[in-house]
This record gives sequence, C-alpha cells and structure tokens, in this order.
Amino acid sequence: MELIQEIFATMSKNKLRTALTGLSVAWGIFMLVILLGSANGLLNGVTSEFRDDAINSIWVWTDVTSMPYKGMNAGRKIELTNQDYDLVASTYTNADKVTARFGLWNKPVTFKKEYGNYNVRGVHPEHVYLENTMMIQGRFINQTDILEDRKVAVIGNALISELCKNENPINQYVKIQGVNFKVVGIYKDDGNEREERYFYIPINAAQTIFGGADRVNQIAFTTGDLTLEQSQQLANQVVQDFARRKTFNPEDKRAINVRNVLENFQEVVNIIKGISIFTWFIGFMTIIAGIVGVSNIMFIVVKERTKEIGIRKAIGATPGSIIRMILIEAVFITSLFGYMGLLGGIFLLETVGNQIQSDFFANPHVDLRIALQTTAFLIFAGALAGYIPARKAAQIRPIEALRDE
Amino acid sequence: MIHLNNIHKSYTTGQSTLPVLKGVSLSIQEGEFVSIMGSSGSGKSTLLNIIGMLDDYDQGEYKLDDILIKNLTEKKAASYRNKFLGFVFQSFNLINYKTALENVALPLYYQKVSRRKRMDQAMEYLEKVGLGPWAEHLPSEMSGGQKQRVAIARAIITQPKVLLADEPTGALDSATSHDVMDVFKQINGEGMTIVVVTHENDIAEMTDRIIHFKDGVIENDRKVAVRV
Repeated sequence: MELIQEIFATMSKNKLRTALTGLSVAWGIFMLVILLGSANGLLNGVTSEFRDDAINSIWVWTDVTSMPYKGMNAGRKIELTNQDYDLVASTYTNADKVTARFGLWNKPVTFKKEYGNYNVRGVHPEHVYLENTMMIQGRFINQTDILEDRKVAVIGNALISELCKNENPINQYVKIQGVNFKVVGIYKDDGNEREERYFYIPINAAQTIFGGADRVNQIAFTTGDLTLEQSQQLANQVVQDFARRKTFNPEDKRAINVRNVLENFQEVVNIIKGISIFTWFIGFMTIIAGIVGVSNIMFIVVKERTKEIGIRKAIGATPGSIIRMILIEAVFITSLFGYMGLLGGIFLLETVGNQIQSDFFANPHVDLRIALQTTAFLIFAGALAGYIPARKAAQIRPIEALRDE
Repeated sequence: MIHLNNIHKSYTTGQSTLPVLKGVSLSIQEGEFVSIMGSSGSGKSTLLNIIGMLDDYDQGEYKLDDILIKNLTEKKAASYRNKFLGFVFQSFNLINYKTALENVALPLYYQKVSRRKRMDQAMEYLEKVGLGPWAEHLPSEMSGGQKQRVAIARAIITQPKVLLADEPTGALDSATSHDVMDVFKQINGEGMTIVVVTHENDIAEMTDRIIHFKDGVIENDRKVAVRV
C-alpha cells in the first residue's frame, strides 16, 4: 500500500511522461480491439449471407446447350423432369435430403378480400432443409400431401401482415390463380426478407394445376457430412450422369449449372481466415510497438532518474525496492492504460460499429476473453519491459549516480 | 565509533592502477565533530565514500560501531546506510518533485514507518532546522542554504550513528555556510558524530578536529584548540 502511494505520487508528478507511456499502450490495445472486432464483423456479415441455404447443399438447374454434341446443334433446351428427381433420390446414397422445385412467378393470390401477385414454389417436403426454412406455426409440406395430391400451402411470415392483414391464416384458404389452397403453416427464413415472401405448395399440385407436366426447374440436395472434396466429386458425378442421360457435352457449362454451396462457403471462409490471420498479425505488431514504447520510455525513465535512484540508495533503498518501484510503475501504467484502450475500443465497436449496415459487415464485437488475455499479455510484457531497465537501475552505484556534474 | 586500520584503495583504469588511499588508519570517537581537509585528489572524498559504504576498499579493516564493514551485499549496505549513516552532499541531492517534508520523510519510508508517523517526524526535524513553514515547498522554491538544511534534516531523521557531509558548504556563500555549520554544531551538541569533508579552512576551523590528507595518507591530525 505504501509502495503504491509512493509510485502514485511519482507518477502524478511526472504527468507528461506517464501520459506518453500510457498512450502508446492504450493505442496498441485500442487498435487491436478495433481490428479484431472488425474482422469478427466481417466474418458475421459474410456468414449471414450463407444463412439462407443449407451450407452443405448442391443445386442443379439446366438451360440451353452452348456446344454442339454428338451431331446435335448448340442451343438445344435441356429440361429437368420428375424422372431426374427420382434418379437423384434413388442413385446417390450420399444425397441426403432431395427436393425438386417448380416455380411459379407472379401469380395472383387472394386471401378473403385481399389480393396481390406473389411467387409460388412447388416443392418436396425435404425442401424445408435446403432453404433453412423455419416453421413459426403449423407444419411444412409433408409426404402425405404429395401422395394424396392435397392442395395445401405454407405462407411466408412477411405476407401475414401484407396479405392477411395480421389475421392468422392457418386452416383458412388462399386462392392461387383461382385454385383454393388450405394454409397449413407459416415459416420464416433467416436469409433475407425476400425469402419470406413465397408460398410453398406440394410439387405435384403445382405441376398439375399450373401446367407443368413433369417439368421441374431445379433439383437440390444436401450432402450430409461429406467433405468439400467428396461433395465436389458428387457434383461432378451428377454432371456426368445428366450429360449422358440427356446427351450433352459434360463440359458444357451452360447446359447444366451446379452450385455447390459448400464450395462457395469454403472459399469465403478461407478468405476470412486469411483476413483474420492478417488482422492478428497487425494486432500483434501493434502490441509489439506498444511494448517497445513502454520499454523505451522505461529506459528513459531510469536514465532520467539515475540521480534520484542514487539518492534513494544512499538513504537506504535496497536494490529490490528500486526494482519493485520501477516495475510496479511499468505494470501500473500498462494495466491502467491498457484497460482504458480496451474500454475505448469496445465502446467504439458497440456504438459506431453497430451502426454500420452492410451485407458484408454485421455485429462487430470482440471476444472479451481474448481482449482480456491480450491486455494481460501486454501487462506481462510491460513488466518485462520494465524489468530490464529496473535491474539496470538497481545496479547503479550511488557514488556514480551522485557524482556532481 | 569509526575505526579504520591500514585502509588501501586504488582505482584501475585500463592498464594502469591509481592508488588513492595508501594505508589510512584513523579512529573517530562517538560525539566527535571532525573535518577532513585536503586538496582535490588527496583521497578525502574516497575515504568518506568508504566510511559511507558507498564504495568498497581493497585492503585493511573498517569497523563501524564494532561491526566489520567489508564486502557487503548491496542489500546489507543499503540497510546499514539507512540505519547507521546520514548523508549530506554538496549539491543537496533532494528529489526535486517531492516537497521539503516528503524529502525529509523518505528515509523513514525505507524503514517501513507508516506514512502518518513519518510525516509527523519529518515535520519535527524540519522545525529543528528552522524550516517548519517551508514544509510544503519544492526544492526549486528554496535557497541553497534552505535546501542544505532540508538535506540535513533528512540525514538525521533516522537518528544515525554518524553524519557524513561531503563539501556541505561548497555550493553556498559564506553567510549561509556559517548558518549550515551552526546547524551541524547544534546537532553535534546533541551527541551526534559528524564527519565533514571540506577544503575551506574557516569551515574546518569550526569543527573540533581537523585531519589533513595528502597523496592518500594522513599528513596531519590535530584538535582545534579553541572553539569560536
């Protein structure tokens, strides 16, 4: 306690020096917190972009051929049908949840006296896993709906206020292009608001009522626990099989499109990992700069106070007490200002950081444990930085320190 | 109180060795007021540093109050200095960011005396050297004579066995020099042993015993007959 008082007195009487030392420490921690927080914000932002679809999903859709193949001209339309869905569902054991999708765009929908034009998706029950659809109330399309050709619909949460005027539509009917569908569930989707503006109906109902015959727009499936490489192999297998069945060049990128979400995700994750490593690197360097700053200033302190240390030793200060004095001063300054930098950084992240609205930046925050660990590390380093000059100070011989200039 | 027996001390610079003390034997009794005189380079300051445990010696024997002082660890030396010795320097050596009172109290800090108690004692000693009203002033706000009196108060607050003064009046004009010497006399009158290094005759004449140094040996050791 006495020691703290003594050190505090010294520090408060050397305000400029204390402030300068503190500033380099506070700045180091402040920058580190901002950097780590921003990296986290980037990570949060980008991963939320992937929240819409299941990360382990593969999506397949077709278009017209762009290469002539086996005597057939380019420009031929390739169609996906129910048979393709059956094939995917039955042959690929690694394809976990399989769904086909048949989309109806901009169809007039009526609920009681309200109406509007909405997009409708005819899907299999497994679709619920692929889009990360979450049921708020009721249920999604099920297997019985498909088998019994039921006319049921699941409505997006955003439409409850818009079309139903906040009335609960469950067990009531909506008219989609003149055909009555019984509402059985309400869903929400974390992806974005646009994803909550669909109606989901059983795929066979969509095909028969809206003249789709056996056509489907997309086939999608999840790949369970497959690794990136395995899922890439599977995607490739799908392309080869479809090319053979429908007779087009497997190299034709326009005839068939395969989107492997895991692959995209992995790419982005790798980029973010890179950014994160870079951030740590910069942060670490900033800390090093802080440490160098502290030790530098402690060296100056010792030099500047050589005479004072000599006086103290002449009147009975032991070498240990000199080391303690310098060391505790260093530790005190680093912890006090390190803490201030920490608070400042967190404050900035919580206020300004949370205001930033961007698809690629969300909710920047820094793991408090990491921040505290870094501060602790800096304090330790500050102690080390103080120890070397402190030892030097303790070895000063009083007669040399007191020699009259 | 102080017994020196055949003390040798030399400084080595590079290849050459420069002997500074060449066998000094000296006894100072408790309560004496002694001055050591000599031209610069005569070894008088070195002797004071050895007595003050600020420097070690090569050969001989030094006993302070029957304790052999030789090859002390830094820690031991610090503790002996704190308990047995008080120092007064030519350039005062006060800590410039501490007030007069805090400067005086500092040795007690190293004796782990509580803050309150040491401040009370420091005030008592400041009053003793006539600087009570100056307690809260910084050294930069005081005259040389005042600073030296603060230094004396600081040196005697631990009630040391010996007070060592190295050219205590070297930086002062003759009027203030006499004031400072009066303080020394007063303290000596209370029974403290004092050793003063000086090169000024009139200062030396104010002590009880003058020891002349020349070329590392004692040239002359005499009592001052009449105290002025």
